[in-house]
Amino acid sequence: MRYLPFAMAAAVLMLGGAASAQETLKIGYIDPLSGGGASVGEGGLKTFQYLADELNAKGGILGHKIEIVPLDNKTNPQESLVQAQKAVDAGIHYITQGNGSSVGAALEDFVTKNNSRNPGKEVLYFNYAAVDPSMTNEKCSYWHFRWDASSDIKMEALTNYMKDQPSIKKVYLINQDYSFGQSVRSEARKMLAAKRSDVQIVGDELHPLLKITDFSPYIAKIKASGADSVVTGNWGQDIALLLKAAADAGLKVNWYTYYAGGAGGPTAIKQTGLDHQVFQISEGIPNSGNKAAMDFEKDFRAKANMSLWYPRAVNEMRMFKAAAEKANSIDPVKVAAALEDLKFEVLDGGEGTMRKDDHQFFQPIYISSFGTLADKAKEPFDEENTGWGWHLVSKIDTAHAMVPTTCKMKRP
Amino acid sequence: MAELIVISTLNGVLFGMLLFLLSSGLTVIFSMMGVLNFAHASFYMLGAFFGYQLTRWIGFWPALVLAPLLVGAVGMAVERYGLRNTHKHGHVAELLLTFGLAFAIEEIVSMIWGKSPMDYRIPAALDFPAFTVFSTNYPAYKIFMLVVSVVIFVALLITLKRTRVGLIVQAALTHPSMVGHLGHNVGRVFMLVFGVGSALAGLAGVIAGPSLVTQSDMAALLGPILFVVIVFGGLGSLPGAFIASLLIGLIQTFAVALNGSLASVFGPLDPSLGPSPLTDIWNVTIAQIAPILPYVLLVLVLIFRPMGLLGTRES
Repeated sequence: MRYLPFAMAAAVLMLGGAASAQETLKIGYIDPLSGGGASVGEGGLKTFQYLADELNAKGGILGHKIEIVPLDNKTNPQESLVQAQKAVDAGIHYITQGNGSSVGAALEDFVTKNNSRNPGKEVLYFNYAAVDPSMTNEKCSYWHFRWDASSDIKMEALTNYMKDQPSIKKVYLINQDYSFGQSVRSEARKMLAAKRSDVQIVGDELHPLLKITDFSPYIAKIKASGADSVVTGNWGQDIALLLKAAADAGLKVNWYTYYAGGAGGPTAIKQTGLDHQVFQISEGIPNSGNKAAMDFEKDFRAKANMSLWYPRAVNEMRMFKAAAEKANSIDPVKVAAALEDLKFEVLDGGEGTMRKDDHQFFQPIYISSFGTLADKAKEPFDEENTGWGWHLVSKIDTAHAMVPTTCKMKRP
Repeated sequence: MAELIVISTLNGVLFGMLLFLLSSGLTVIFSMMGVLNFAHASFYMLGAFFGYQLTRWIGFWPALVLAPLLVGAVGMAVERYGLRNTHKHGHVAELLLTFGLAFAIEEIVSMIWGKSPMDYRIPAALDFPAFTVFSTNYPAYKIFMLVVSVVIFVALLITLKRTRVGLIVQAALTHPSMVGHLGHNVGRVFMLVFGVGSALAGLAGVIAGPSLVTQSDMAALLGPILFVVIVFGGLGSLPGAFIASLLIGLIQTFAVALNGSLASVFGPLDPSLGPSPLTDIWNVTIAQIAPILPYVLLVLVLIFRPMGLLGTRES
């Protein structure tokens, strides 16, 4: 009889333990689900939900089921902070976001402050697409991890490719007027000047973010400048509409882009008739030739009814699981420690690593061109039912995709 | 340079005519009924989405006729069951009703069609370059948009100024009871006017949808500039709206084409001053502020000529 209280206490503890093991692991997805960025935001949400389902089918992370909690930020930093606070109040310890570096910087600041003020209730920010270099340089934070290549890494790779193209003589830069677009423009100027001093920058345009419905005036200007190539970091409707206006006006130039493959982009490129003249830099492509990645793509297209636009989201979620298992905990502080310098086989093949110094993930980078696919057996995936697809033109290994950082990280 | 001027003029006129097509409906409704319809851009969006859906089912040309009629029907329903009841509570109530309606329509549209852009294509019959200036193609579809806008402008002007229908409609605003005594159903006149205004917005949506982007935030994107057009042109004045649309189209397009900044006119600031907000302002180009120019214009017009260019009444 006198053991009864102990037995009951033990039973309660075990029940409690069992209950917490089944507790769902919530990830706050803070991205635009309305407004001009909605198309990319919805695509990301579908991707993360698919990935969560995939992990859950295999038992989740350490027995925890994953749940993606969609939080609409309207591509607005202020709104994002409200949503992040909402997530924190709901007991969410992981947030993920990608679209808009202005939003990303605000969230990075938010988690840093939140974690210093609320020890024991830390939040990690998994960034899958905000590529403003300052986020892993002067503004770096221990609580922020980035899976996409920063804008500098992409520009480094892109200009390395461009420097070997003798046909490039006059380059026009057009970018969105905010931190990311400005860093694309200044890096492009700097790197092109260093690598190809003979190339002339004939235009350097900034336009408002996600506010323009018709790019014809800008296309007229590009045309008048006599440019043979355009470099743009535009994303979302800004790239789709830019390409559409170019198609309408019959502008024949080479395009060097970060995000031409976004929703609407492929359709517009097909209309321009620019066969293999639009280039994109990314961390993976559907027709990469890697069997595991292509199987994933096939399954993803069948279930999510879209092409995989964020291979890095796959890397992010799978690496989250690997880090949690390494730490044997889903406690954000332990997961953060486990993520540092973690090596990981990425979706499209090759090893990536999460650099400890700045929490930037380094991985192989691909340059691909969009156009007709010669060999359907080798390159089975087209985009947006255009019959055209991405063709690999250059692959940069992890070692060559490294750039230095100025980050002086404050560690807890 | 000549190339840029010609192309920019064409682009500006085109954008201006689209703005006019949109603001004509708003102007008609305002000048006839005194209702400032905040949901007007939402009717435009409805037009684009109806147009997209009907194009899928029955093709573009039937959709071009049917979709504006549908939007007009929605407009009439809004007038009959919404605005007519709020009318007695004054303008603020009407304004708030249309304001709320704009949000409701946006939500409904994104619930039905989602938030991604629709794959709304230009009809094959118009998908070719109409002519080429300085090696820039001019799509036939844009010329089609231009023609439709001009036809609508002329038709509206004639209807309002030269026909019996226009006479009754105008009289119904100033002397509703007298028109009523003459045997006209004033309520029905208002309902029809609102329907026609909405249908015009719908028409603009159907033809602008394939050229611009058809998605659930398109109303919010174009809504504010419509008010600039009608205030600038003069509230309730159709020719005013026409001139204002063209002016704003041209101003925006040409502003984009200009790279001038204070720095390029007066020379760069002394570098010893270092980076400051002043150097930022100094270096901002006209192209960068192009999107806010119409709103600057709006503020100036409200200060110096509140009735607008051709307006007759004080706003």
